[in-house]
Amino acid sequence: MTITPTIEQTEAEIIEEFSLFDSWDDKYEYIIDLGKKLAPLPEEFKKDENKVKGCQSTVWLVANYVNGKVVYRAESDAIIVKGLISMLIRVLSGHTPDEILQAKMDFINKIGMTSHLAQTRSNGLLAMVKQMKNYALAFKAMDN
Amino acid sequence: METATALAATKNTFDIAAIRKDFPILTREVKGYPLVYFDNAATTQKPQVVIDTLVHYYSHYNANVHRGIHSLAEEATAAFEATRDTVRAFINAASREEILYTKGTTEGINLVAYTWGRAHLKENDEVIVSGMEHHSNIVPWQIVCEEKKAKLRVIPVNDKGELLMEEFEKLLSDRTRLVAVNQVSNAMGTINPIKDIIKLAHDRGALVLVDGAQSTLHLDIDVQEMDCDFFVFSSHKVFGPTGMGILYGKKHLLNEMPVFNGGGEMIKEVTFEKTTYNELPYKFEAGTPNIADAIALKPALDYIEKLGKENIRQHEDRLLEHGTRKLREIEGLRIIGDNDHKVSVISFVIEGVHPQDIGILLDNKGIAVRTGHHCVEPLMTRFCIPGTIRASFAVYNTLEEIDIMAEALIRAVKILR
Repeated sequence: MTITPTIEQTEAEIIEEFSLFDSWDDKYEYIIDLGKKLAPLPEEFKKDENKVKGCQSTVWLVANYVNGKVVYRAESDAIIVKGLISMLIRVLSGHTPDEILQAKMDFINKIGMTSHLAQTRSNGLLAMVKQMKNYALAFKAMDN
Repeated sequence: METATALAATKNTFDIAAIRKDFPILTREVKGYPLVYFDNAATTQKPQVVIDTLVHYYSHYNANVHRGIHSLAEEATAAFEATRDTVRAFINAASREEILYTKGTTEGINLVAYTWGRAHLKENDEVIVSGMEHHSNIVPWQIVCEEKKAKLRVIPVNDKGELLMEEFEKLLSDRTRLVAVNQVSNAMGTINPIKDIIKLAHDRGALVLVDGAQSTLHLDIDVQEMDCDFFVFSSHKVFGPTGMGILYGKKHLLNEMPVFNGGGEMIKEVTFEKTTYNELPYKFEAGTPNIADAIALKPALDYIEKLGKENIRQHEDRLLEHGTRKLREIEGLRIIGDNDHKVSVISFVIEGVHPQDIGILLDNKGIAVRTGHHCVEPLMTRFCIPGTIRASFAVYNTLEEIDIMAEALIRAVKILR
């Protein structure tokens, strides 16, 4: 059985990966590639209650609670956003609600996403993080 | 204060390089590339002369207008009122009393909806808007119609992004009180047959408000010839500062309209029993106005007049023609609002890619376009699309910049697909 890296470890990995890119062209190509590889969300989940507001594009986010861990799945009609979600899932999925709620998500800033993406778009990214944490909070409340 | 203007150019050969020098922002770089600014329908850049006017006002004669006896107040008032005369001439209004200062197009429409609308609309009356209106020419009417139990009717749009005039004629009735339409669509650039609309509406006894936010920079505006009852536009879309706009209204209509905001400036006499209101246009200009931006609208309009609207139009038509041709070469690209009566705006979608992704990748090359629904959600629904990519050109744009965008688009599509 493989040991799941901590949230901080995954964040550090992503920061490391991004440090290898010379240009934003490369960063975007990488993010687009992540978007293309993200497993599609089955159609039945693409309904209004799973939509995350805050972007020009549509994002659907679903969370399941499995053995004390939160598992996220998500999709978007825009591919760069999909790549960004893919990174968020990689960082947060498979962790306990407490770990997720405490996550600082510094990597978004450190890979330059906040400064490079216009406010509206990073708002979308932050809206997504908030929604993921809301799910964690709900599952935690369920436990109690 | 005069900047190096483009008027070194003769009337026929338009010197774009000289024009570009008048707009200091155009020399900057974005993401390591020279800025290509194609978001002019959202807001235009400002020529140096407008920027200088703002700085000069605050550095030399900042004062409140209309009240002070001192020299600064007199200078500020003179400059503030000079803009009104320039605007009057620019849109050929009959008198300066018909030119009201607002915060922008949106406030102008709201002013008419809340004053004229509340005073005149009754139950079962109808207001007609078009299916290509900006939200700012829909929502104020929705609010006042709901309040007055009046009905909002919509002129449908065809597949080419044009108004269906025969449907408009059917919508007109004895219940129609007002027609509120844009002269040019912000999302597609379509030029609407505004004179026909006004004639047909007037024949049925309805008033017409024309949203000129997207037309004032590109078309000759003559409100008397057009015979519109109200005309609104924003300073920031005609090379002027933000936070400033114009509402033109026919004098007899403005005179009988109730006031909008109460306060200083708009009054003649105040007692606790009764207040009498000031004359036009001050009746509608309560409080200390946006003095600096009002003053700096004048050099913006003067700048347009100096370039000459006909010259501007010719260059913009070249940009539109070249842009349309270059974009049509891109596989899977579909122009939304593909018709023959347009200003220099191209709105498009590309099969299999989301507009937002295109917008991000173009920005990464220093190219500014607008993506999304452009505050015209009903129109996007009409075309069954989430939004478009909109490139909107101004007189300082070049054919080379269009080529840069076309190349960046081809590359973006290749990466995204």
